[in-house]
Amino acid sequence: MNIKQVAESRVVDLGDSVLRQLKGLGDFTNFTLKTIFWTFKPPFRLKLLFEQMYFMGNKSVFIIFLTSIFTGAVFAFQIYLGFKAINADSFIGPIVTIALAKELAPVLSGLVVAGRCGAAMAAQIGSMKVTEQIDALEVMGINSYQYLAVPRILGAMLSMPLLSGIFLLIGYWGSWLIGVKVIQIDEMMYTQKIGEFMNLGMVAEGIIKATVFGYLIGIIGTYQGFNVTGGAEGVGKGTNMAVVWGMITVLVVDFFLTSFLAKIL
Amino acid sequence: MSEKYSVEFRNLVKVFGDSTILNNLNFGIHRGKITTILGFSGAGKTTLMKHILGLVMPTSGEVIVLDQVINHLGELELREFRRNFGMVFQYAALFDFLTSFENVAFPLREFTKMSEEEISEKVMGLLESVGISPQAAKRLPSELSGGMRKRVGLARGLALDPHIMLYDEPTSGLDPITTHTVYDLMRDTHRRNEHRGFTSIIISHDIHATLKYSDYIVFMEKGQVVEHLDVETFKKSENPVIRRFLEL
Repeated sequence: MNIKQVAESRVVDLGDSVLRQLKGLGDFTNFTLKTIFWTFKPPFRLKLLFEQMYFMGNKSVFIIFLTSIFTGAVFAFQIYLGFKAINADSFIGPIVTIALAKELAPVLSGLVVAGRCGAAMAAQIGSMKVTEQIDALEVMGINSYQYLAVPRILGAMLSMPLLSGIFLLIGYWGSWLIGVKVIQIDEMMYTQKIGEFMNLGMVAEGIIKATVFGYLIGIIGTYQGFNVTGGAEGVGKGTNMAVVWGMITVLVVDFFLTSFLAKIL
Repeated sequence: MSEKYSVEFRNLVKVFGDSTILNNLNFGIHRGKITTILGFSGAGKTTLMKHILGLVMPTSGEVIVLDQVINHLGELELREFRRNFGMVFQYAALFDFLTSFENVAFPLREFTKMSEEEISEKVMGLLESVGISPQAAKRLPSELSGGMRKRVGLARGLALDPHIMLYDEPTSGLDPITTHTVYDLMRDTHRRNEHRGFTSIIISHDIHATLKYSDYIVFMEKGQVVEHLDVETFKKSENPVIRRFLEL
């Protein structure tokens, strides 16, 4: 193969790769638009929505509890180690609580839900796809996006703020245990300082972020499920992609969302 | 409604990329009869079935089902129209999160205003007609044998009293005895509903069962219809491709 042929082959490979990426983007956009359309079309499947909320919300509480209590405790301890040098350890309360409300609660809840529920969505829908259960729905005249994707996406959107709220409360409790009970900061001062520095905008920022992350985890998990090809290997690949892309998306979108919300809140 | 055909294809062409999957098909599927679409793998049988259901749209030509040109229907009309069909999938495609009973009740709960009592009565009747016991009705699909799953699939397909029943390789993966039991059941179901013009369309490559149970056979090869004959004439066909298939 001469240089010209090698160069041509590289250009063709690059072109193929760009086309594949564009097709993927087009498919994802198409899927997103379809799910939005079917969200507002009756019948509204509230029973399926509550089932998904129960699975994503209620069944995630224990893991959120464990993650949040240790995050709050560790974060309080690290702040103490840094701030005691400048005699500012009384600021542990507001710093930990603000960080939890604005960042840690929505982001870490998002990572937990992406790992637990994003994977489950992709695996459930993917296995239905490879066993023709989705075709069976379509043949009956039931829209599979409406039946399978919409309740999961809405379920994630509605569960995430609740889970993030639980994360915030339990995380605060973890930091309180370290700050007040272990480090022996005066309890009055600990809670008073939080009241001085916290405001509703910070809580709203966390709630908005959690809702957006819930939507993204839902749309990515269901999209990966609907795009499973092949058999068990395909389901595994789709599940893996749902977790990886769900987590990456939460972290990347968090950055842009923080910049945006800082301007409006 | 056309007295002669339930389904008609007019100049039907389907192209995927560079491949012509269905090449100018012109034929009709007889109303009230059992028609098997036969052919080697890759002949275009499954694509043809997806055209009947409106799951795939033609590149050109028309698909007329129960006097409706279905490729002219909008998405919502098409979904409504699909309630005229019942379908048994290759591996039954039962919803794995529902019991046998709930699988059969599913279309009734979705599309009718029947009370739970009426649904229960209808579902148990359908399950009994396909030989599923009340005990098996409580089991999940994963707890059923392949043959039982096909039967539950058949009962689910019949739940909304469809006009056309489609079977996609209905006996794949079954032993010869269960294969014939399932075919007997399909024929009995057809005969019971024949009076209302019930049409059965079977996608298969099982030549022996096809000859025994079908009224008409459509033989496809490379996206074209090689023969469309009643079963007795088909047996006598001199077409070399069909002779090769018959001698298998």
